[in-house]
Amino acid sequence: MSEIPEDLKYTKTHEWLRVMEDGHFEIGITEHAQDMMGDMVFVELPEVGSNVNAGEDCAVVESVKAASDVYAPVAGEVVEVNSELADAPETINQDPYHQGWMFRLRPGNQQDADKLLDAAGYEQAVAAES
Amino acid sequence: MLIFELSEPTRRNSSQAPLEDAAVADIPQEFLRNEPASLPEVSELQVVRHYTRLSQRNFSIDTHFYPLGSCTMKYNPRACNKYAMLPGFLMRHPQSAVTTGQGFMQCLYELQEILKDVTGMKGVSLTPLAGAQGEFAGVAMIRAYHDSRNDHNRSEILVPDAAHGTNPATATMCGFKVREIPTDDNGDVDVEALRAAVGPHTAGLMLTNPSTLGIFEGHISEIADIVHQAGGLLYYDGANLNAIVGKVKPGDMGFDVIHMNLHKTFSTPHGGGGPGAGPVGVNDRLLPFLPIPMVARDGGEYRWLTEHDLPQSIGRLSAGMGNAGVLLRAYIYARLLGKEGMNRVAEYATLNANYLMALLRSRGVDMAYPKRRAAHEFIVTLKALKDETGVIAMDVAKRLLDKGYHAPTVYFPLLVPECFLVEPTETESKQELDGFADALLGIIEEARRDPQLVQSAPHTTPVKRLDEVKAARELDVVWNDG
Repeated sequence: MSEIPEDLKYTKTHEWLRVMEDGHFEIGITEHAQDMMGDMVFVELPEVGSNVNAGEDCAVVESVKAASDVYAPVAGEVVEVNSELADAPETINQDPYHQGWMFRLRPGNQQDADKLLDAAGYEQAVAAES
Repeated sequence: MLIFELSEPTRRNSSQAPLEDAAVADIPQEFLRNEPASLPEVSELQVVRHYTRLSQRNFSIDTHFYPLGSCTMKYNPRACNKYAMLPGFLMRHPQSAVTTGQGFMQCLYELQEILKDVTGMKGVSLTPLAGAQGEFAGVAMIRAYHDSRNDHNRSEILVPDAAHGTNPATATMCGFKVREIPTDDNGDVDVEALRAAVGPHTAGLMLTNPSTLGIFEGHISEIADIVHQAGGLLYYDGANLNAIVGKVKPGDMGFDVIHMNLHKTFSTPHGGGGPGAGPVGVNDRLLPFLPIPMVARDGGEYRWLTEHDLPQSIGRLSAGMGNAGVLLRAYIYARLLGKEGMNRVAEYATLNANYLMALLRSRGVDMAYPKRRAAHEFIVTLKALKDETGVIAMDVAKRLLDKGYHAPTVYFPLLVPECFLVEPTETESKQELDGFADALLGIIEEARRDPQLVQSAPHTTPVKRLDEVKAARELDVVWNDG
């Protein structure tokens, strides 16, 4: 089983969400997701300042195997993106939960994070898939 | 080795070059090069040897079994090529008069009629230049249909998550939003999810049947009803038409519009990017919107149908009649088979797929959808092998090349981990299928005994394992002698 940190929130579509100290949400894809995708070769990130709805596709990761949409776990405004991924998409493979973060949101509603899966719930979702 | 690397300065045939002061063309000076083009300086014999050698390295249907799922790499009878290359066809100018092209137009007219008959549609236009353009034409007609009824709020095209990537791409190109419909555990469209997704915003649903999972969509008439009741249209992606041709008609299943990949079902060459042909067929509702030109028969004469006949047409997709040479090959193929032979295409395509699937399963290979009978292709999953040995589907695929078999499609559909999509096609013999099964089982055995051997494959091909990551990240396809 791949690593699923306890302190993060998750979606069934394999995004993780971290509540940051300033109240913003940091979002990336899980270790399991990067493992399924294989070596990343391209990342497309949302525009800073754009608004996203929960469940909306707002980024793309492309590996040697496939291209896949990344969905916003909650609604909010994009305040920052990890532009270093453009030159080093492999960071998502190497460190999906920290340096491989993709974008940060100012959430419309701080409580939205509570609606997502916790680590145990995500582990079950992954197990149910295979 | 590139042909440029054989180049030797001054190895050129000066006696045939134009004289320095000869005016060879009336191209204005500002459009001429300042420097001569950088061409390889090689002899005729070097050129012949270079390209003959390259052709010998081809892994092709003429030399190897090629079970590339969804691509339908079947044998194209030589006769199709031979008769499409008759001088009367080959030398015909696309703009030549109708009076001198009656034979050519008769072939196209009859191909339209044959395709109408096998698909159960009311009209066919042959002009799209490839499957992707056929898809574009099909969805553009859906848009034109809704627009003609002043039904402007239909902004969404539904696409199952198992679909070919071209489906969402086409819908997006035509200005629609794409909504994905999930697949249930048996590989069928999730009917309840579909029911929840349709509404007054639904322009249509794009469906491949049999699907890319290689199985016949069991709930097709229910799906058609749900989409039609919501006011949407049903689009048939003809990528897998070869599994049902002559047996079941998409028109009878309730589809409103279809594109056909002639290189799959009607045995025209796989183009490596072209030329292709992707005719579209429609039912009554979409007839006025078909792309032009088409061929009509008035009395005993054939003529082009143009803007005057079809003022609501979505228009022209190319300057002429599409890829006429490809269309002729499809016509000849259909005539060689006849109606009876056409029925046997689907029979043998599905028989071969089911035979190979049953053979592999009986020898311990896992299937992605073990409860389902295959249509013309099936999905193997090597997840258990990966967990046991660390050898992944890509490694096994590469090792198959060493054994003289082209690898099946790998990692598609995306839903299935470590998968192969295997499509043997109707043109392979039982011996060939048995040989492939032996090779695959042999590799699985090797993976258990010596995983390194499989992980470092291929060993016998002119080019060894490529660095796909580097190729994608540092794309460099320009030769530079600097």
